[in-house]
Amino acid sequence: MNYQWNWGVFLQPTAAGDDIYLGWMLSGLQMTVMLSLSAWLIALLLGAVIGVLRTVPNRFLSGLAATYVELFRNVPLLVQLFIWYFVLPELVPASLGDAYKQSHPVFQQFLAAMVCLGLFTSARVAEQVRSGINALPRGQKNAGLALGFSLPQVYRHVLLPMAFRLIVPPLTSEFLNIFKNSAVCSTIGLLELAAQGRQLVDYTAQPYESFIAVTVAYVAINIIVMTLMKKLEDKVRVPGYMGGK
Amino acid sequence: MIQIANVSKSYGSFDVLKDCSTTVNKGEVIVVCGPSGSGKSTLIKCVNGLEPFQSGQIIVNGTSVGDPKTNLSKLRAHVGMVFQHFELFPHMSITENLAIAQIKVLKRNRDEAVDKGLKLLDRVGLKAHAHKFPGQLSGGQQQRVAIARALAMDPICMLFDEPTSALDPEMINEVLDVMTELAQEGMTMMCVTHEMGFAKRVANRVIFMDHGRIVEDDSKDAFFANPRSERAQQFLAKILHH
Repeated sequence: MNYQWNWGVFLQPTAAGDDIYLGWMLSGLQMTVMLSLSAWLIALLLGAVIGVLRTVPNRFLSGLAATYVELFRNVPLLVQLFIWYFVLPELVPASLGDAYKQSHPVFQQFLAAMVCLGLFTSARVAEQVRSGINALPRGQKNAGLALGFSLPQVYRHVLLPMAFRLIVPPLTSEFLNIFKNSAVCSTIGLLELAAQGRQLVDYTAQPYESFIAVTVAYVAINIIVMTLMKKLEDKVRVPGYMGGK
Repeated sequence: MIQIANVSKSYGSFDVLKDCSTTVNKGEVIVVCGPSGSGKSTLIKCVNGLEPFQSGQIIVNGTSVGDPKTNLSKLRAHVGMVFQHFELFPHMSITENLAIAQIKVLKRNRDEAVDKGLKLLDRVGLKAHAHKFPGQLSGGQQQRVAIARALAMDPICMLFDEPTSALDPEMINEVLDVMTELAQEGMTMMCVTHEMGFAKRVANRVIFMDHGRIVEDDSKDAFFANPRSERAQQFLAKILHH
């Protein structure tokens, strides 16, 4: 193999002349982090609500939540992204669609990507919230009700605090996934980390360096996420309960 | 205090409760016993509406439990319940377990609620454990905390659903002692239990259930001296001779 390694490529000015190549990578990293964190916020909030609804006695509400989950987790992420970005603006009232299409292109991409990733992940979070709630002893709910709590109070004070503790490990996986899944958003032209990596290859013909750099960046993000989630897990650990001291 | 009139409940074609009627007067202690699957736990859970029932009527302190218009939360706030598996909230300290419902349901302020909780904790002999979490206590201690938690709501009556069935034999008495004390102070109590010693000591009446029916509803003395039904005789023979 006759490959010319050149790690110095990152410090060279870009062909466009706007920055050095490292700057492109960093802006891609920034976009990936912003996109993933905002989508995670949506996923967590919506996932908690949908997950709770899946466990309520009301058949209509739990059915609605089940439909939501099946819809968002059974359609491939890429298809969902294209629907949000290409199809939906044509389906909504023209004034809204036009306003969207006339907004800044990066805003359009970011909005579609954020909503898409957020809702896709929320369906998965919802399933974990549901399994966390169902893993609790049935008597906990009764104990809350017997003390005079309303059903929402039982969820707020009794069920959810324990359910969320139980699902920190699978939620960590989901949190990691959202960063990796965000790479799909390069397909609608959003210049996040993966897209910047590809762009670097096009401009410099140094594919190994750029893809290694992209990989290292994803790994670094994931190590940070895992460390933080482990800290969280330790912090919320209940004394005398499941490995707590 | 508690009137149960012709209550029936079924899951599909399986009858859990068949035409059950009884009355618990203020200050009375009623022990409900019977073989497993006889419906005793279901009956006691109907009293505070944790289990719905299809027909009949239950009136607790003048409020109809089965009436869809009844605010069940409001009623339950004043009907204490103690469960077989304690059901303390594992993520809260003992103090918080005792205070939370007082604060969120009865709208007491935190200081007052904590104060009241600690007083009751002292009463069940566990004051030193206030800062601990439920997982750090033994079963008997957890159950005593659970009783204190129910008492903190100033209940008009207490329901016990097999409060000692999940306990090691050594710990049963510490819970029964608390219950006995409570009974002697005049608390209205309905206890599902197999502890016949407790029944003999403090019960006013004993209800014996089998296959969803109330088979016997007698004064304690009459029940133990001469149970009328054959089924209750067999039951007593089995559990009293060991």
